[in-house]
Parts: sequence; structure tokens; C-alpha cells
Amino acid sequence: MSILSDIPILSFILLSPLLGLLVILLLPKQRSGWMKTAAVITTLVPLILSLWLYTDFDKQQGGASFEEQHTWVEVPLNKESQNGVSEFLFQFQYELGVDGLSLPLLLLTALVSAMAALAAVHVKKRWKAFFSWFLLLETGMLGVFLARDLFLFFIFFEITLIAMYFLIGIWGYFKRERAANQFLIYNGIGSAIMLIAFVILVNTAGFRIDQVGEQVNFIYSGSYTDIFRNMADPTAWVNMSPEQLGSINPFLMTDAMQRALFIMLLVAFGIKLPIFPFHTWMLKVHTEATPSIVMIHSGILLKMGAYGLLRFGFLLFPGQARSFASLLAVLGLVNLLYGAILAFRQREFKLVLAYSSISHMGIVLLGFAAFNEIGMQGAVFQLISHGLISALLFLIVGSIYERTGTTELNELGGLARSMPFLSGVLLAAGLASLGLPGLSGFVGEFLSLLGLFESMRWLVAAAALGIVLTAVYVLRAVLKITYGPLPERFGALRDARLVEAVPMIVLLAFILLLGCYPSILTDTVQLSVEGLLKPIFATRAGG
Amino acid sequence: MYEGVSFVPLTWTDMLYLAPELALAAVFLIAVILDLLLPKAVNRQVIGWLSLAGILASLALVVIRMIDMNQGGVSAEAISLLANSYRIDDFSSLLKIVFLTGTALIVLLAIGSERDEGGIADKAEYFYLLLPALMGAMMMASSGNLVSLYIGLELLSLTSYVLVGLKRKSVLSAEAAFKYVVTGGISSAMVLFGMSYIYGITGSVDLGLISEALPQAMIDFKALAYVGFFFMLAGFGIKIAAAPFHAWAPDVYQGAPTPISAFLAVIAKGAALAAIFRMLYSIKLFNASGDPYMAKDIYFILLVLAASAMLIGTMTALGQKNAKRLLALSGVANAGYLLVPIGISITIVHSSNFSEFVFYLVAYLLMTIGAFAVVTVVSRAVGHEELKGFAGMYYRAPWTAAAMVIFILSLAGLPVSGGFFGKLFILLGAANAKAYWLVAIIVVSSVISYYFYFGLVRQMFMRSGNDDSEIRLSAATGIVIWVCAAGTLGLGLFPGPLMTWIDAVFSITGDLIMGR
Repeated sequence: MSILSDIPILSFILLSPLLGLLVILLLPKQRSGWMKTAAVITTLVPLILSLWLYTDFDKQQGGASFEEQHTWVEVPLNKESQNGVSEFLFQFQYELGVDGLSLPLLLLTALVSAMAALAAVHVKKRWKAFFSWFLLLETGMLGVFLARDLFLFFIFFEITLIAMYFLIGIWGYFKRERAANQFLIYNGIGSAIMLIAFVILVNTAGFRIDQVGEQVNFIYSGSYTDIFRNMADPTAWVNMSPEQLGSINPFLMTDAMQRALFIMLLVAFGIKLPIFPFHTWMLKVHTEATPSIVMIHSGILLKMGAYGLLRFGFLLFPGQARSFASLLAVLGLVNLLYGAILAFRQREFKLVLAYSSISHMGIVLLGFAAFNEIGMQGAVFQLISHGLISALLFLIVGSIYERTGTTELNELGGLARSMPFLSGVLLAAGLASLGLPGLSGFVGEFLSLLGLFESMRWLVAAAALGIVLTAVYVLRAVLKITYGPLPERFGALRDARLVEAVPMIVLLAFILLLGCYPSILTDTVQLSVEGLLKPIFATRAGG
Repeated sequence: MYEGVSFVPLTWTDMLYLAPELALAAVFLIAVILDLLLPKAVNRQVIGWLSLAGILASLALVVIRMIDMNQGGVSAEAISLLANSYRIDDFSSLLKIVFLTGTALIVLLAIGSERDEGGIADKAEYFYLLLPALMGAMMMASSGNLVSLYIGLELLSLTSYVLVGLKRKSVLSAEAAFKYVVTGGISSAMVLFGMSYIYGITGSVDLGLISEALPQAMIDFKALAYVGFFFMLAGFGIKIAAAPFHAWAPDVYQGAPTPISAFLAVIAKGAALAAIFRMLYSIKLFNASGDPYMAKDIYFILLVLAASAMLIGTMTALGQKNAKRLLALSGVANAGYLLVPIGISITIVHSSNFSEFVFYLVAYLLMTIGAFAVVTVVSRAVGHEELKGFAGMYYRAPWTAAAMVIFILSLAGLPVSGGFFGKLFILLGAANAKAYWLVAIIVVSSVISYYFYFGLVRQMFMRSGNDDSEIRLSAATGIVIWVCAAGTLGLGLFPGPLMTWIDAVFSITGDLIMGR
């Protein structure tokens, strides 16, 4: 046993940004330097803790020993126990846990948040409010990946929504308010659909029977564990029943209902991911929000969509997911090609990157659709890798914009001469994005497509075309920025400062590490893929 | 059936049970006389503090009575006074606590904002007329028969007509008072008309006796029973401003002094909802053996009313430019949310409708009074109540702006706030009763409401106003705002204790369905 399992390490990770938030609230208003330092130091705490957790992880039994569970809210449903039926309760837990799926994403969140806090040097007003919302956002994101209760998950999901709304709307560029509004409404709709699905799930599959002495409690629980067990085996609750239930069947879920729930979850998380027709809001956020926020948005928030889809859509409804596999594959392909083609047409670098995000999320969907271990691993790998790469790219965008005041491709050029370091990192990030072997982007794409090759060969051929397009648009944009004639007004620009260089180097190091030594991630994911994804693969045997 | 009028004498013990109401009446009379006797030079805020003291005393009496009643067993036997026309039970006590707390906050708000309501000539009335209105609300929660219910309703309505028109120099206030008198009159008439039918077919005004006589009456006079119940529901529908009976609300809330708008939004609405709750559940509609369809129809109509209130309330709020009109329409939507636990059926699995109802009422009380308090602050600083006036609040009063964010999150049903859990409990109840269409409407209307609630946030945090001077607020207003904000946050973090407590003291069979 390690020291980690004796302390509530997950709660520490989750709540440490809030402590920093309190400190920042107490600092004097004009001391922007102090606040920046405090914010950076605060974000380092969850980073160090989750790194420690990560190294300690695979020695444990799938992270089970880290789990924390406390009953948070318990609502009695029928006090007048009529007909001798015992008490019914709603129960929400404060339940945290990690497994091979969430741990890499947790680490990614902590890492990108810390780097984004460093990148926040470009924020020029209302620092106290900025860093308060920023740290609240980090708590929300960490909570999303840690929560093991449906409503706890939902609450953290909404906290990120609120915090992002303020961060986009106050510190963004010219059309920030519209971007913030669109973000709020689109994601609000997504969360609403998710909430409906969750409420129905809790009221059906959340059923559990607790027997304490004589008292028998029938509980509708928000706990993921209960719902997962019931969904995997619809008769599980019967075994617990002390023959008191009589004719009531608390858990009745028809196929049609399961399909409806799966589609709802697909739409809810599809908006966040974003899947093709629901993507317009994220373009606005990418172009209008301040770079350090876009790092978080593109690096982590999009991943929340994929994570939610995997954890609640795929793991709870493996059968339904299976029957939607071809649709998912087609959606993924559309994302991949649509994003790539439009990225090629853009004149604004941030939009190139935004469409490139859509394109890369398509690969994640393709990996999911493969329905085998390799595909899943590839999808998760692609999530992490894209999180790192897009965070790095937007970090660079922020530094370029800070110096040149523009991100239009036509106005930029020749920056390699005045800013060799920045241009070098940009090129490296671009190469990682287009999937150069040896960098992390390659592994994710390769594994996803390899997985898909097993089941849908013709799709992989089409997807390969998309990857070629990626190379075209990335190189077009990167070369336009770094080479060619240097406009006169950019002649005197200085290269990246140390505070900007550090996060770039760190992110690039992680990209290289994952590219050269992918098993450091795949081994951890493997642990979960074997255990958690069993029901998914089981459906293949059946049909 | 008619055997002449006989009066039930009021004994001293009865008087003891009625102490909270009598305390209010006494303080009201003292305030009226004081207002006449005190010289003009004396600031009438004294009467405000006196009213506040009276309300707090009454609150203490209710709490003492409730503790006393719940000492013996899990849930105490209800006490019925005056031939069951007035009932002291946990249902009424819980709601009285809510109403008294809400009115105490509103009086405090009125004291804090009294200086700037320049148009109000009769400042003392502003405070002491709230007391009989509150008494009316308490009577509605306590009434055991239709007559005392109607008297409570009229006491509440008549005093609030006066309160709405208190700003004598304001045209808007006069218009509001007139509109409120007319629609309120129609509402009372409809309630009374419906009651007369119910009396006609069952031969009684007592809720328990109606319950017994209803199955037979349903066989004999089915259509008349429908007319009776639906007219009563429509009448109460106007009082709670549930769409399509809501058209008066924006005008009246806009014209009335802001604390009075808050009173109408919270106390008047809550009292009418309590009356519906009490009436429908005491009459045992849900197992009216005579005709199961009627109960289904009535509950279904309630849910339709709820759905239309949520949708129409949020849709019409989208285009509002005035903060008080916006809050009025948000109140329409909230009336819809509050109707849901009344309308969803009680099953073996799920019968916690009342705790869901009270929890959301408390959350609604805190966030609405808080939001109205912020409106008084802003309108005093900028001289009007348009949404534009909120611009630059972040710079002018950062802490008040922060409190307003809490209220807005709660109103929009976002975590971490009392409004979120209130809505969630209602939602879970509806899902448990398999009313999935209603679940969808609750959630969708909440999302629509983001648009206008966050419009306010946009004004406060993302725009800057013409004036950057700091806004100062009076201590009383500050207390109201922060009590409400703390309560809203507290309910958002720890919703369990309140729910458990309500559930521990309240029992449908003991407190609502009258055993006879």
C-alpha cells in the first residue's frame, strides 16, 4: 500500500484550486503580479499530485483504492410507507474515483491548466476576477474527470460552463459577448439533454437495495457504480431483493428507451465534442476567447465531450453503441474531412486551428467506432495528444498575436527570422498535429485507424485521405507564418520570453515523450480497456 | 340541509392556538393608532421596525407551537379549531414559517429602500398594511374549509391592492393598482363561483365533508363538479400568475413599489399555491372512488398549466428590457415549477411532493427577494429600472454584483445554488412519476431562461455604464441581500438537512388528508 491511498488524495486534487482561489480573493486588487504567481503555484499543486498519482497508479488494482465515497444528499421519497413497503430514497454521493480512462485526462487537465496559467501573462485587466474564474474552471474540469456520481458530474460540468462564460465574455476579443452567449446557449442545450437522460437513468437503472438490520431501503442512486452494474445486468437488483417488492418493478427499461437515452447522450456530448452539425459555437470561442482560455477550451473542454460519450454513452449502453457504430464512423469521417477541407480554406490562423480541432476529434470518433481494444486506445491516446498539441498551438498563437497584433495568414510571414525559437516550436507543433512519427499525434491516429481497419476497411481509406489533407493545411499555414518575406513592421520583434518559453518546452516535451514512448500512456489505458470495456466487446460476440 | 346559522364560540385555548395571527393583528392595530398619534416630525421608519418586531414575534410563536406539537410523536395530530374551519398542522406551520420569514425580509428591504421611494406619501401604511396581507396568507395556509380560505384570500388581496397603489404620484403605480384590482376581482369572483358549485353539489364547505360527499356528487352532478373545480383553479391561477392567467403580472410588478413586487411574487403566490395544495389533497381527489377520471383530469390540467407557465413565462421574458418586468415573468415560470409537485401523482414509491414544493418555495423566496433587493439598489443609483441600469455594476458595487450572480444562477437553475437542487428534486419527482414530457419542458424552459438571466450578467460584468461612482447601499438592504445570498448558496451546498427536516415533521395522512 502506498501513502496515497491513506489520504483523500482525489479530494486534495479537486479542492486545491479552490484554496488558491481564496488566497487570490484576499490579495490586494492591483497586485497583478502576486495574483499571477499565486495562480501558477496553485495550478502546480494538482499537477504534482496527479503526476504522483499517475506513477503510483498501475501498481494498484485499477485505482480502486483511491475511491472516496460519502453520501451527500439523501431525500426520502415516501414516508407514509403504505402497504408495508419500505422506504424509498433518492441518494446522491460525493463519490470520486479514477481509472485508466480518467487518469490520463486528469493529468492532462492539470498540465494544460498549469501551462495556461503561465500563458495568462497576456491578460491585461481585472486579474483578480480572471484568476478566480480560472481556478474555479480548473476545479470544474478536474471534477468532471473525477466524479463517480451522475449529479456530481453534472454539477462540475455546469461549473465549467459558467466559468467559461465569464472568461470568454470578459477577457475575449472584439466579438466576445456573442461568442460567450453562443457558447452558453449551445452548451446549455447539451447539458439540458444530458440532465434529462441522467434523471431518467437515476430513476430506472440507479436502483439499489440496502438492508441495514431490519430496515430495508430502496434507493434510487446517482452513483455510477450502481447504474453501471444495473445496465450491465438488468436482473442484478432482483438478487438483492428480500422478496418484499411485490409487484413493483422499479427497473424497467425497454429497448426503445435505451435507444432514446443513448441518442440523447450522443447529442449532449456531441455538442461538446463537437460533432459536425453542432460545431459552430466552438469556432467562435476559438477565435474570440483569450489564448490561455482557448488552450483550456481546445485542450480539455472538448475532451470532456469525448470522455462523457465514452463513459456514459458507450459503457452504459454498449449494445446501443454497437448498433450505432457505422453512424459514428460516418460522423467521424465527416468531421475529419469537413474540418480538414475547411481548415485549408481559412485565412485566419485561429480558424485553421479550430477546424483542425474538429478534424482531429473526428479521429477520436473513428477510434470509438472501431469497437475494439486498439481503436479505443487510439481514441484515448488521440484525446491526450490533441489536448497537448492544441494547447501548445494556441499558446504560440497567443505569443504571436501579442507581438504582431494579428493572426491573419496574409499579414504574417517570415517570422522565423525575427523569432527563431517561436517559429521552431510552431513547426514542431505543426508536425505533431499532422501526425509525424515520433511525435504523439502519429500514435493516436495510427492506433485509431488500425482499430477501425479491422471492421470497416473502406472507411479507413477515406480517412487516410483526410490525414493527407491535414498535412497540406498545417504546412500551408505554418510555412506562411514562418517563411517568406518578413513584413517590415515585424522586423524588430523579440523572441519568446522565458515565461512563455517554459510552457512551450514542457508541452513539447510531453508530446515527444508520448510519441517516442507511447506505452507510458497505453499501459494505463489498457488497464481500463480490459476491465471496463468488456461489455462493449461482449456485444460483438452476440451480434 | 340548511339548518340556520350557528356560531361556534371561540374559546381561550383556541385563542392560544391562534396566537401568531392574533399577534400580527395586535401589532397592526397598534401601528395604525401610532401612525395617527405620532407627530409628523417623527420618522415613520419606527413603524417599519415595529412591524418587523411583530412579524418576528409571530414567527417565534409559530415555531414554538410547532416544536410543541412535534414533541410527542413522529408527526403530530393536527389541531382543528372552530369546527374544523381553521387547522393548525405541520402543513400550515411550515408554510407560515416561510411566509413570515419572507415578509420579514421584505419589511427590512422596505425599511432600507424607504428613503428613495419619494412618491410614497403614506409611509406608515407601506409597512403596516403588510401585516394583514400576511395574515391573509397565513389563513389561506391554515384554512380547513372553503369559507375561511376565501376570507384569507380576500384579506390578502384587498390589502395588496392598496399596497400596489401606494406611489400616489406615479402614473405607473396607479395603473398597476387599477389593473390589479380588476384582475384580482375577477380572480376572487372565479374562486367564489367555483366554491359555490362545490358547496351546491356536496352540501358542505368543510374540506373533510366535501371529501366524503364527493363520490356520490360525482355520480349525480359530474359536469357541475368539473365546473366548480376548474373555476377555482382558474381563479387561483390568476393569483399565482401562471400562464395563461399571467398578463397582469408584468404591469403590476413594474408599477408597485419594489418590496411590494417582491411580496406579490413570493408571499401572495405561495399562499395561493398552498391553498391549491391543501384543497386538492384534502379532498382526496387522487383516490376519489366515484370517478377516477376527474382526478386524472384535474392533475393533468395542473400539469398543463405548469407547462404553459414555464414556456410562456420564459418566452415572453426574452424580450424584456425592464428588470422588474423580467422578474415578474420569471415569477410566471417559477409558478410553473411550483405547480409540478402539486400536479404529479402520488404513488407508493413517491409521495414527497410537499417537501419538493416547500424546498423550491424556500429557494424561490431567497433568490427572488434577493434579486428584487438588488433591483432597489440599482434603481436608486441610476433612477430607473431598465436592464441598462445594471451596466458597469461590477465596477460600481462588486460585492452586490457578485450576490446578484448567485441569485441569477439560482433562478436559472444552475449549480451551486438552492434553485438548482429545488429544480432537480422537482425534476426527479416528475421523472419518478414517469411524466417525461414534463421533465423535458422543465429543462428546456430553464435553458431558454439562460438567455435573459445571463443578459443581466452581461450588463453587470461586460458593459460599463456612464457613471463609475461607487454605489452605497443601506445596512438593511445589505443584510437582506446577503441573507438571501448565503441562504441560496447554503441550500446549494447542503440541500439534505432541509429536505430531511420537512420530511420528518410533515406527513400527508396526518397533516393533510383529514381523518374523520
